[in-house]
Amino acid sequence: MSATAPRTHFFANGLRRALTSRLAAVLSYPHGVDRYLEQFVPTQSLTEVRAEVVAIRHQTADSVTLSLRPNGNWAGFRAGQYVRLTVEIDGRRRTRCYSPAQSVHATDGLIELTAKTHAGGFVSKFLQQRLTVGTTVGLSQAEGSFALPDVRPARVLLISGGSGITPVMAMLRTLTDEGHAGAITFLHYSNAAKDQIYAAELAAIAAKFPNVKLLRGYAEANQGGELEGLFSRAHLEAQVPDFAQAEAFLCGPPGMMKAVQTLWADEGISGQLHVEHFSAAPAVVTDSASAEGDVRFTRSERLASNSGATLLDQAEAAGLKPESGCRMGICHACTCRKTSGRVRDTRTGEISDADEADIQLCVSVPVGTVTLDL
Amino acid sequence: MTATQKNTFSSLTPAQFAAIGADLDAIRNRVRADLGQRDADYIHNIIKRQRQFEVAGRVMMMIPPTWPLGVASLGVSKILDNMEIGHNVMHGQYDWMGEPALNSKNFEWDSADTSKNWKITHNYEHHTFTNVLGRDHDIGYGLLRMSEDQKWEPRFLANLPLTVLLHTFFQHFVAVQNLKLEEVTVYKTKTTAQLKEEFKPVWKKMRKQLAKDYVYFPALAGPLAPLVFVGNMAANLTRNVWACAVIFNGHFPEDVEQFPESVIENETRGQWYVRQLLGSANFEGGRLMHIMSGNLSFQIEHHLFPDIPAHRYAEIAPEVRAICEKHGLPYNTGSFLRQTLSTWKRIAKLSLPTPKRPKPSPRKADEEAMAPLAMAA
Repeated sequence: MSATAPRTHFFANGLRRALTSRLAAVLSYPHGVDRYLEQFVPTQSLTEVRAEVVAIRHQTADSVTLSLRPNGNWAGFRAGQYVRLTVEIDGRRRTRCYSPAQSVHATDGLIELTAKTHAGGFVSKFLQQRLTVGTTVGLSQAEGSFALPDVRPARVLLISGGSGITPVMAMLRTLTDEGHAGAITFLHYSNAAKDQIYAAELAAIAAKFPNVKLLRGYAEANQGGELEGLFSRAHLEAQVPDFAQAEAFLCGPPGMMKAVQTLWADEGISGQLHVEHFSAAPAVVTDSASAEGDVRFTRSERLASNSGATLLDQAEAAGLKPESGCRMGICHACTCRKTSGRVRDTRTGEISDADEADIQLCVSVPVGTVTLDL
Repeated sequence: MTATQKNTFSSLTPAQFAAIGADLDAIRNRVRADLGQRDADYIHNIIKRQRQFEVAGRVMMMIPPTWPLGVASLGVSKILDNMEIGHNVMHGQYDWMGEPALNSKNFEWDSADTSKNWKITHNYEHHTFTNVLGRDHDIGYGLLRMSEDQKWEPRFLANLPLTVLLHTFFQHFVAVQNLKLEEVTVYKTKTTAQLKEEFKPVWKKMRKQLAKDYVYFPALAGPLAPLVFVGNMAANLTRNVWACAVIFNGHFPEDVEQFPESVIENETRGQWYVRQLLGSANFEGGRLMHIMSGNLSFQIEHHLFPDIPAHRYAEIAPEVRAICEKHGLPYNTGSFLRQTLSTWKRIAKLSLPTPKRPKPSPRKADEEAMAPLAMAA
């Protein structure tokens, strides 16, 4: 292994240089080298991060944990950051954000993502029930400012709820791998013991590292946790009396986040609280006939209140000149990226989901607030 | 064709137009709702085959014994790239997949024409104003006389040789189609300075295509450069002639109707559908024929539903045909040979001036009938 590694490396580097050369670009025009490469090795790309699913396990009945082997374009992450995972479901690409939970010092090179399924969780249900080992998925580079600072704080308090555990799990694993000397408190809330992901590993870490204090709070009674009920000041003052001295990292469902943020604000120590919002915006059911909300044109930085006309008309009324043609849904000249919000197709009356998608402006009427990359 | 057929564009009532529109919309909505894995797998598979033919063709062309296979393989690759992949992807047929490489905004094809110009002349002008004289530039490409209602000029005596020329250099004619050269050379409504400006992006794309096929790949073959040069020329010619023939068969067989500009004023969705129906023609063949023609062998279905994945046309064609029969409308189809011969006959006839007809042409009658109809709509 050690004898062949340098040669493989040399070969791989040479091949990469050849494929990224000007000549390769000219010869593969107009599709580009990647469009050929992916036909032979699906996970390979000159620029995109892609990964192969190498293992799938289920820690609880309502969750799935994926081990992904990224290609060479993966630039690593800081503990706490997230990635955008893209999977193909029934022919359509869907993208969702997940926080890798492994230590940044993990030597196996794998990315570990855990998703909890919830009602209406279309992508998480797919990941849990239908994704198979060997599938190629798309990834972004790590993003987000929620991360352990490079200079590790001496006193660390990690607070999470439900599947919000994943970014702080990465922080805990990273800190213990580094032999972090300061005290670490891991405060985690979930509904019941059977729903708690990373339960066994957390117990093992707490047993191995005397500076790690594990506090498990369960909403249901008699779950064997250190705490019972939802997050409260009483919990904190009883179990983490020195919380004001800690750098705190928080990720959880909206209600819990708000409670923690309010408490930190009341104490005047908001500067020591780092937060990550992970839950999707709640689905807004709007009467499709009335014109509500705004139309946001992000690229041109314009905002208009929804007039109920087609997005093409509204864009033009806002002074924009998007490309357009037939104005009846045939030619796709006005196709534009919708980054959020729902639209109604004027031809079918069908209302889209709130996902990012390409829409035809001339046959789309906003249903509530819509954001366009225009 | 059949005894029951009696309707023309002008004999249909507003209610009939609406009924036809509703029937066709129902097909469209059903197929759109059903799009999924099958369609993604289909296009992914076609792309995989195209990339394999491309690589195999480029390699085999550099080895003398396999040269003929190399030419054939590259020809197939270019045809698949332009027709079943490029043309269809740029129509937005696969936009719903959310795959950037298969998005109509991003896709670029192996053709001298820029995707940007193509989407203007084809997706917008040709598909919106199908067979409307003066609006659909595909009627003769500014080069040929394709309609009796197109005024005869002496240059149209060369209709037949010019058609051969168009087939031979099809990709380059298409590339300059959006420049409307005849406006400079014949009608003098555009200046050469304007033309020069418009030609810049076209030349940028053309140059890359020419460099790839006629400089870099031949150079890679070293002493065999002439072989590769000629081989690439043959592959491009194959694609040009085939693509042009398929497109001509879709709109120019003799029974296909053309329309005066007045029809598009206040045109209803039902009228638009009927114009697409009457302005297009299919040709028959096996599965391979359909794939190699980008399923434009189902030109009628394509014009009714330009953004439905083309491999679905074969499935919905019987329903479209049934709707035509129900409403007494013609459904123009025949063998590839029949449609080709019919097209060339039309081109030959139109190279000579059309004799003055004693009574007003049926199309003139259409035009008159359109006025109250448009008002009713």
